[in-house]
Amino acid sequence: MSLVELAEVSKHYGNVRALEGVSLTVGAGEVTCVLGDNGAGKSTLIKIISGLHPHDGGVLRVDGEETRLASPREALDRGIATVYQDLAVVPLMPVWRNFFLGSEPRKGKGPFRRLDVAHMRRTTWEKLRAMGIDLRDVDQPIGTLSGGERQCVAIARAVHFGARVLVLDEPTAALGVKQSGEVLRLVARARDEGLGVVFITHNPHHAYLVGDRFVLLKRGTMVGNHARDEITLDELTRQMAGGNELDDLRHELERA
Amino acid sequence: MSAATAALDERLVETSPLRRLLTRPELGSVVGALAVFVFFALAADGFLRAASLSTVLYAASTIGIMAVPVALLMIGGEFDLSAGVLVTSSALVSSMFSYQMTANTWVGVGVSLLVTLAVGAFNGIMLTRTKLPSFIVTLGTFLMLTGMNLGFTKLIAGTVSTKSIADMEGFPSGHAVFASTLTVGGVDFKITILWWLALVAVASWILLRTRAGNWIYAVGGNQDAARAVGVPVAKTKIGLYMGVAFGAWILGQHLLFSYDVVQSGEGVGNELIYIIAAVIGGCLITGGYGSAAGSAVGALIFGMTSKGIVFAEWNPDWFKFFLGGMLLLATLLNTWVRKRAEAVK
Repeated sequence: MSLVELAEVSKHYGNVRALEGVSLTVGAGEVTCVLGDNGAGKSTLIKIISGLHPHDGGVLRVDGEETRLASPREALDRGIATVYQDLAVVPLMPVWRNFFLGSEPRKGKGPFRRLDVAHMRRTTWEKLRAMGIDLRDVDQPIGTLSGGERQCVAIARAVHFGARVLVLDEPTAALGVKQSGEVLRLVARARDEGLGVVFITHNPHHAYLVGDRFVLLKRGTMVGNHARDEITLDELTRQMAGGNELDDLRHELERA
Repeated sequence: MSAATAALDERLVETSPLRRLLTRPELGSVVGALAVFVFFALAADGFLRAASLSTVLYAASTIGIMAVPVALLMIGGEFDLSAGVLVTSSALVSSMFSYQMTANTWVGVGVSLLVTLAVGAFNGIMLTRTKLPSFIVTLGTFLMLTGMNLGFTKLIAGTVSTKSIADMEGFPSGHAVFASTLTVGGVDFKITILWWLALVAVASWILLRTRAGNWIYAVGGNQDAARAVGVPVAKTKIGLYMGVAFGAWILGQHLLFSYDVVQSGEGVGNELIYIIAAVIGGCLITGGYGSAAGSAVGALIFGMTSKGIVFAEWNPDWFKFFLGGMLLLATLLNTWVRKRAEAVK
């Protein structure tokens, strides 16, 4: 049974059709890649799966059960954690406060109920270490970490809080080659630990390195949905780049 | 597990205590406060006398009681321009309710608490519902309160100030709680200093050791990130505005029980003083950074400057000039210190 399944899901904002008839599934230990150019509807898709905006049409199933996610909290409670490209962390706050933000462990009673700071610091350090990130000081503002490290902290946080499905919003978009590699390694590790991953990207090379399924979006509609053995990297790249449009562009540029 | 803990501790030692000190938000203000202290200790003869310091602390406390919740609000990324007149509103409600209903003054004090908190909640709900900038929302509240303070007072009392409540039941105990003077070692201290210190302690506890504190930093630092991980952004902000209202209530009751009448036109302009104290104390104007203790140091700088000028027998007209210079210097120093602290790794 798939962890998350979308069947013919659509979303309208006023008279704008942001998403129409998109279907995808992600199971435990699988990576489903969602590819599309800017404006293809990737962000809308994330918002539906992460509970920020409920869908208008079609069916969303979590663990096979038809549902509508009304808030990010509800999505989190169902085990769906979203890691956003740019709004994953609060830059001025220490790493350990960021790690537990929104789910802070506490101890003590009544007015003396307080954050379990020692536990928070230690857990943050251990979990990041387990993910292969060796931080010198969990007290440093998270804004001082590199982009790749920040993504890794956000992913480690989601895994720690019992996520079964990770939704990654262009995690490698702003990163260099080496840092992208670190993040992809982390995606593979999460998959191997049995998590389902929805990996949103516009980079077919990154997608093909870790993906089991590839969903292609274009102007709000689904233009392709392939299992890994049905498609090659070249074909994926060609479709992603607009297929025939790219051929036309090539001819045009050659003439010039 | 224990090995990991040991490794963690060992790593934490690597950060030099100096750098840790430099990253404290209130550092710049402490340096500034020391400079102001030394300056007036040299320039004003009576400044170092215990009685003078008590006066300075009293002046600081009447600003500090408001600067603490205003600092929390600023850390949460918002302003409250209605904070100054809300103090007067709170005193007016308390005074007029007690007088008109000829009830015990404590009934007025209780009603005032409810009304003041309601105004704070109104600010917060308006802000989170309409998504307008807090500058606009609280500017509106500021103007409305200013008008209502004058309008209602004239309507009910017939003049611009309230009637004295000094001979009413409950006044002595109210005076004891909000406006009494404590003598310690032969020196008189106003009880507002205790209120102030208690507020700083409670606010620091909330900020540094509770879940709500984590949320306050988060909504000010990156509201969208906070919302995405399940932080109740609206509730946090409404709570912060109600905190400001609570401070306004304490200070309003203090003014009422000190003078037993309230001038309805007072309080205008004080909101900026609270904000300045918070900024001098290291709060970032854009939110997400600052401390309660810093706001206390900011208030102390205010107290020292306003009274120091008097002790030095200068024309108090220069107070605002000093204040402006102080604000610029403190902010520059804060920015410089933070940049250095972040560069030293």
